Amino acid sequence: MTKTNLLAALVGSTCLANAALSQELNALVWCDHTDASFVAPFEEEFGVTVKLKEYEGTGAALSLIETSQPGDWDVLVVDGIDVPRVVAAGILGPLNTDELPYDTLFPELVMEENHVIDGVTYAISEKYGYNTVSFNSEVFTAEDMADMTRLWSGDFAGQLAVYDYYLPVMGMIAVGLGMDTATLSMDDLPAIEEALLALKDSASSVGEVVASQTAIATGEVDILVGGGEWVTAGLTADLPNLDWIIPEQGAVRWSQSIGVFADSAQPDLAQEFVKYVLSPEGQAALATSSCYWAMPANAAAADVLTDDQKRALRWDDQASYLARAQLYPAPDAELDAAMQDVWTRFLAR
Amino acid sequence: MSQRASIETRATRRAWWLAAPALIWTLAFFILPFGTMAVLSLWQRTDVGLEATWDLGNYANFLANPAYIQALTNSLEITVTVTILSVLLAYPLAWIIAEEIPERFRRLALALAVIPFWTSYVVRSYAWSLVLAKSGVLNDWLGAVGLGPLDLANSRAATVIGFTHFFTMLLTLSIYASLVQMPPNLRRAAADLGAGAFATFRLIVLPLTLPGVMVGAFLTFALCIGDYVTPQILGGGNDLALPQLIMLQIGRRADLPMAAALSIILMLAVTLAYLGMARWMKVVR
Repeated sequence: MTKTNLLAALVGSTCLANAALSQELNALVWCDHTDASFVAPFEEEFGVTVKLKEYEGTGAALSLIETSQPGDWDVLVVDGIDVPRVVAAGILGPLNTDELPYDTLFPELVMEENHVIDGVTYAISEKYGYNTVSFNSEVFTAEDMADMTRLWSGDFAGQLAVYDYYLPVMGMIAVGLGMDTATLSMDDLPAIEEALLALKDSASSVGEVVASQTAIATGEVDILVGGGEWVTAGLTADLPNLDWIIPEQGAVRWSQSIGVFADSAQPDLAQEFVKYVLSPEGQAALATSSCYWAMPANAAAADVLTDDQKRALRWDDQASYLARAQLYPAPDAELDAAMQDVWTRFLAR
Repeated sequence: MSQRASIETRATRRAWWLAAPALIWTLAFFILPFGTMAVLSLWQRTDVGLEATWDLGNYANFLANPAYIQALTNSLEITVTVTILSVLLAYPLAWIIAEEIPERFRRLALALAVIPFWTSYVVRSYAWSLVLAKSGVLNDWLGAVGLGPLDLANSRAATVIGFTHFFTMLLTLSIYASLVQMPPNLRRAAADLGAGAFATFRLIVLPLTLPGVMVGAFLTFALCIGDYVTPQILGGGNDLALPQLIMLQIGRRADLPMAAALSIILMLAVTLAYLGMARWMKVVR
């Protein structure tokens, strides 16, 4: 081989290696996926870079997708109840279920009615938790929080903050009023709005994920409506006084699902990423993310999580919690718009 | 063609060439985006995506929705309050720097005035939230002297304080520039003609520094009414302002046409403020 050929081979192999290293997987995710340590094992194994774009709320994701070019995104993490909506919009493609851990998934998290449409699976649950009531146990007792209707009775005026997401909070109020979140209709909205506006009168602040956590962690408020283990579990070591409870009326269960974009240019790699997220290691890292902790959908993560982590997540109480929690409301387009109008009035009050 | 006409043609061409970069910049980064936004505001969000309906439905929705009108009202109230407070605080501050502080310390005083601009806008807002919090610095001080606590956090008052801190510094710079440009002989002449300090200020100083005040006030109005960060962090989600409503349309509803319509309304408010200011300046002159 001449020196020139050797040089050409060297340059060629370097370019190929760089091409592999510079391959990117683009994922649209909630903030709990953005820890560098969470994606690092996948990046190392496949020699790719995972680029994560963080959003909050399905509407924000849809805005981003609509202003992107086809093929820009590979993986989508979305609220479980919104999977049919994004499938109807042609955003998610079929998922290969062969190597996904359905046998160790918590049964309540399989959610076939959301993930399987016309016999085709489009997404799989990856994480779940509850929107309920977080509180400072040095100021209030669990008994104080047992009746959800007290939240909007004025008893806790100025001492509570509200998580700024209309679906879980309005779902919580519906549960508190004895309604079924799965069958909410336009007729239910006046009663929900009345309670919601009364709640606003008692609220010190209304904020998104980080602002909500900050409000209760810094003692600005003593109660967070819409909180739950996603607020307190990660702070247990430093702030053991932060607690959460499912009131007598129940709570709302949230769940995140993950799927592959229909127009992804690298569906096989995207599928591998879904497999990694659902693996015990991926699930344990996701459950203890720095943005917020919550239960992994795959029970096999128990083998990787430490006892302290499982205690903070209240692993052993999940059967009882799951039985007492209802899923997020899943409104149709008309009801969703009406609920958002109510929420805008709540914010403007 | 006469020689003079030829020279004029060449001069016109040269002027166009010289102005071309600025025109292209304005076209690319203002007129095209603004035009796109104006067109988008005439579309509608439907279940299946965006639909080019070419109607004023989004504007009609705005007018029919009391919460949206409330958001505009909140924005205008906050902005007008901040602008007035900032002018009232900035004028004496600029006067002290320009007239009372010895010349060798003026640069230092100006540097101190612009220090707030060196920190990130978000960091500055969070710093104010720590100061105004229930258990924050301000209430600690008040508690030490047996006063308070004041419930300022997560309120309109907190938003106004955060904004006023920032814009007072901006206005101080523009008013200071007007004050130092004013010939000192004018005030001496007024004094020679028997005018007292107040009459000199009212008849000489204020009219001459008014352009600086108005430019600063307009910048304050334009920046304040369009700001999302400060009401979000310091207002605690308790005082929905128009920029927050725009973000709600984008972030929650994926309703870009409604967000575009609200943005046009926001720009209309700024334009009206500019026209009002320009007209008032004309009347004053």
